[in-house]
Amino acid sequence: MTLKDPTFPRLLDAGESGLVVEFGDGIDETANARVIALDRALAAAAIEGVREAVPTYRSLLILFDPLVVDRAALAGRVRALETAPGAEAAGTLWRVPVLYGGAHGVDLEAVASQHGLTPDELVALHAGALYRVYMIGFAPGFAYLGGLPERLHTSRRTDPRPKTPPRSVSIGGRQAAVSPPIEVPSGWHLLGQTPVRSYDPGREKPFLFAPGDTIRFTPIDAGAYRDMLAAAEAGEMVATPETMPVPSSAGGAHDA
Amino acid sequence: MTPDPQGAPHLAVTDGGLFSTLQDAGRFGYQRFGISGSGAMDPPAMRLANALVGNPPGTAIVEMTMTGLAFTVVADTCRIALAGAEMALTINGRPAEPLQAHDLARGDRVAIGRARTGMRACLAIAGGLDVAPVLGSISTHTRSGLGGLDGGPLRPGTVLPLRGGGAGPLLRQGRRHLAPAEGPLRVVLGPQADAFTPAGLATFLSATYTLSTRADRMGCQLEGPAIEHAAGFNIVSDGIANGSVQVPGHGRPIVLLADRQSTGGYPKIATVIGPDLGRLAQLRPGDTLSFTAIDAREAAEAARRAAAALEAAIAAMEPVVLGTAALSSERLLGLNLVSGVASAAHDPFCPHPPSHPS
Repeated sequence: MTLKDPTFPRLLDAGESGLVVEFGDGIDETANARVIALDRALAAAAIEGVREAVPTYRSLLILFDPLVVDRAALAGRVRALETAPGAEAAGTLWRVPVLYGGAHGVDLEAVASQHGLTPDELVALHAGALYRVYMIGFAPGFAYLGGLPERLHTSRRTDPRPKTPPRSVSIGGRQAAVSPPIEVPSGWHLLGQTPVRSYDPGREKPFLFAPGDTIRFTPIDAGAYRDMLAAAEAGEMVATPETMPVPSSAGGAHDA
Repeated sequence: MTPDPQGAPHLAVTDGGLFSTLQDAGRFGYQRFGISGSGAMDPPAMRLANALVGNPPGTAIVEMTMTGLAFTVVADTCRIALAGAEMALTINGRPAEPLQAHDLARGDRVAIGRARTGMRACLAIAGGLDVAPVLGSISTHTRSGLGGLDGGPLRPGTVLPLRGGGAGPLLRQGRRHLAPAEGPLRVVLGPQADAFTPAGLATFLSATYTLSTRADRMGCQLEGPAIEHAAGFNIVSDGIANGSVQVPGHGRPIVLLADRQSTGGYPKIATVIGPDLGRLAQLRPGDTLSFTAIDAREAAEAARRAAAALEAAIAAMEPVVLGTAALSSERLLGLNLVSGVASAAHDPFCPHPPSHPS
């Protein structure tokens, strides 16, 4: 974890009120872990004038009020936070139920046959992996996941769909995703649907997943799906959170 | 107090205009969860409208696009003011002064017409609206159905519940107006300026672009010379700031605005500075614009100056003297309407009268 590419982190401007701290130019867990560590350290530092931060795959966008905090001063604080030895705080492990295939995952059979798998084998592979939440973006609560088994890496569709079902569980390239309860356009392959509402502005906890969390998918049948969907629509989380057993000295950033 | 026979005090919308939404300073802290910041597209206009009715900064306003609202007052009293694009205002069918507060009475019918110049106007209501914030903000994000009254634009039948307020003198805009800004929009290059060739950067900073019809609260597509990428046009998705200029494969820039998606995977050549976003919000499809680069330090200085100019304009607001200026302007406008001839030089709706001291 101490091996660092000397060209990173790079501090880049996003106007007079945005600072981008870039830890890499690709998708890899090390850069993402540094993004999340800085995000948590920044939240703990509570620097006056910092409005919010947006952690993504390999960079942290820091939005600030330039009338309150000077860009140079902020950059200095960020560099100090970044080089400080930070604890790799634990994320949450979520067990996310999925009804695979059929009308709930219209691409499952085609993807399976493309990889020479039976649908059951594909489900076992997809549900057998641990996924890292790299970032939430594109739409409210849309979770970008890494950790898709190589056997399931699949080029995106050549014809993206203008709408995909809410709560879709999908894969694209070497990534996986969980959709919020919103129809979003997507060129990814739809494997299933979860009753889990990753985003619900009326719920006490509007967002379930945060960058750095881990997700494991659990296959469920149509009856369980129906019951859990009703519970989710009544405001229950349905997904089961477990705290990963790692000491957390930088908690709090998760409660936003 | 006797209960209001017609329910809680409200404005009854009879015409929603082209696209009118509730907006405030925006939704902070949730972009990390894929939520757009939203908020007023022309923040100084929102601030001025709020100041005219005595509201604190950031009180939710109605942002109207091209054409305004019509509504009836269902409350004993209500104070309103407009700022931003020049939209004709009538109260009970009679023209009323823009850029000043108006006290309304029960049954008054207000119509806000088509914008003469500019694109977006803010309607502020003293005391604000009795609307519950969602994720800390009243701002409407129509694409995700978030905020406002039901996540959508105002339409006939919409009820705008009033909190009530409006004590103190009626204010009007004073002599020290915000000078209309001119010249190229100022940008800070980056964060992905290195994704473009030197020729591509030169094109971006020298070309004249035209605002296309694909321009809304999410962003505006510009038409003009294509900007050359250095190597491909896909980056690993990252966060997008308000004013980010992204350049997709076709090479024509898109400026991303209040309702932008939280993250994106096209390289961002530059960011329009905050003080110039309100100007951009007032451009119409077909209008031209160009860009000039400044560094982040200069941009912060520009933000300081813009904030000071706004505060000075607010400090210079003055009480309306009823029966003199307001009446004469109203009469003048009435004559103009009758004759069908309106001289721009004497247009009482012009929010930016000649800035030279007269």
